[in-house]
Amino acid sequence: MISHPYLKYLRSETVPTVFCPGCGIGILMKAFFEALDKLEYSDMREFVFVSGIGCSAWIPSPHFKADTIHTLHGRAIPVATGVKLVRPDLNVVVFGGDGDIAGIGGNHLLHAARRNMDILVIMVNNEVYGMTGGQVAPTTPLGMKTTTTPYGNPEHPLDTCSVVASAGGNYVARWTVGHYDQLVKSFIEAIPKNGFRFIEVLTPCTSRVSSRIGLSPAQHIKQLIKDSILIDKTEGIKLEEIGKKYVIGVFKNVDNPGYIEMLRRLGR
Amino acid sequence: MIIIRRFWTGNIASAEGALRAGCNFYAGYPITPSSDLMEYMARELPKRGGVFIQGEDEIASINMLIGASIAGAKAMTATSGPGFSLMQEGIGLAVMLEAPLVIVDVMRLGPATGQATKSGQGDLMQSRWGRHGDQVLVVYAPSSVKEAFLLTIKAFNTAESLRTPVVVLLDELIGHLWEVIDVPEDIEVVERVWSSEPGAFFDSEVPENPPPMPKLGVGLNVLYTGSTHDGYGFRKTQDPDAHNKLVRRIHRKIYGNLDRIFIYDYHGEDAPDILFITFGSVSRPTTEAVDILNSDGYRVGILKLMTLWPIDYTVLKSFVDKSQIVIVPEMNLGQLIHDVKMVGGDKVYRFNKIGGGIPIYSSELVGYVKEVYK
Repeated sequence: MISHPYLKYLRSETVPTVFCPGCGIGILMKAFFEALDKLEYSDMREFVFVSGIGCSAWIPSPHFKADTIHTLHGRAIPVATGVKLVRPDLNVVVFGGDGDIAGIGGNHLLHAARRNMDILVIMVNNEVYGMTGGQVAPTTPLGMKTTTTPYGNPEHPLDTCSVVASAGGNYVARWTVGHYDQLVKSFIEAIPKNGFRFIEVLTPCTSRVSSRIGLSPAQHIKQLIKDSILIDKTEGIKLEEIGKKYVIGVFKNVDNPGYIEMLRRLGR
Repeated sequence: MIIIRRFWTGNIASAEGALRAGCNFYAGYPITPSSDLMEYMARELPKRGGVFIQGEDEIASINMLIGASIAGAKAMTATSGPGFSLMQEGIGLAVMLEAPLVIVDVMRLGPATGQATKSGQGDLMQSRWGRHGDQVLVVYAPSSVKEAFLLTIKAFNTAESLRTPVVVLLDELIGHLWEVIDVPEDIEVVERVWSSEPGAFFDSEVPENPPPMPKLGVGLNVLYTGSTHDGYGFRKTQDPDAHNKLVRRIHRKIYGNLDRIFIYDYHGEDAPDILFITFGSVSRPTTEAVDILNSDGYRVGILKLMTLWPIDYTVLKSFVDKSQIVIVPEMNLGQLIHDVKMVGGDKVYRFNKIGGGIPIYSSELVGYVKEVYK
């Protein structure tokens, strides 16, 4: 029997996963595993995965064959911070949705970036609260109808990558699940780095959005790709001209000392 | 026994107790009247190989403690009413994950911002019941600087031996009280039981003995979740038996060790006509009132509770049954009195004082006894 090459990173008893048919999380998981494989990790013993509440929080817990901590809504980043400070030898990775990371947990995101805390945060952005039924999120586009904005969203979406890049951190990138190779490359770049790293991954919520706007999951991913613009191509273009486009690419890639290194330098 | 004499506040004594108990992680957020405890830890902890971090808020701080605890640290925070309120969801998670940690609440006057620099005892019920769901943890309450030291050590030992969060309920009067204390050098410290072998880290055949904690980073593929889980950590969000089993085991873990947890001190006549039941700073003027009344020919005693949760009602009742009337003086509008009423009924009287952090004076209690007991 031929087994999947990345089954070594998964608890076999948890596949097939619980995610909806067509959900982009499957693509994202594969991209993450491909990065691990290319970085020559035979297992995930060196990693601790921390997540909050929401569909994306279920990516590592229970699917990853690794130490995983499934915590409260919005609080994965501080829990991950506690783990990293006590076990700096471990590679601490947070998975979460846009509501979890940028909404209820937004303050922790800001401060983890400012501290250059040595954790990688992967934010899966489907622009709604998917698990609870498709309510408006801090990332929902202006005007979009959701279950709690039946007349359209009066609020502007948060450009999380720009905010995080301004707050601090060593690595900030945004891709859609349609940009598979670029996403793998970003994971390969971000996983071994010190300091705070943030990767946002846009994916359709097939159950709460795609179906409602009449797109199949594949069509929706194509739409996301079509609506994206590479950050390199935005130079000199006014914000309003970029309009409703998703700015994708690597926003920031620097090597400032991470928090653990700063503690060392201060003699602690 | 080697003894060292020290001049400490309750907050310093609590910090020193934590350090002696092996605390090596502190996360907290500034709030009066606990900030000086945090500043002390910020200075001392790094010197002793520990990690200190000031969180962006109390929510971050309590969750950092949880991560630190799971990763192997003896973790602590200190806060006061408003911050304690913000921490409640995190404390509930620590109950569910069975993550040992210690929260010191230096009580001030609430609700809301209230009188931030003034003492009160209004957080008793919050310390017991602040979390949602069927949860239980242990609450200790010191009434002196020495007790702040010893009970913080006990809090760490209880946290480690029972895999549970523990609250130390200080009030501002004790937190900022300076006293000379004799610090014993030989202190019993409970170390965590670790496992590096695969196993059920969330189940125990004997519910009174919690399972060992799994080491991270050794390939155990540990599953921690705040959702209802089976013994191996797998989420069981639909299974009634799994929830019933897990939550009852966590309760039995605490209640099954009640004889070790529940501590108190009695002072006064053997079979008193009048019994005071107190906790925290109020115990001090009450003890003075007991001595005054006994020298005036009354037969009075004071039962000082050092454990506020869980309560051993059998012990409480045995004291209450021996006396004619029971008075519960509190710097709140009546919280401990509910426990005493439950075992003592109509013979239980309240004495409440709030505002300005003004303590209950012994003369007030003496006057009150002479009024109600004729």
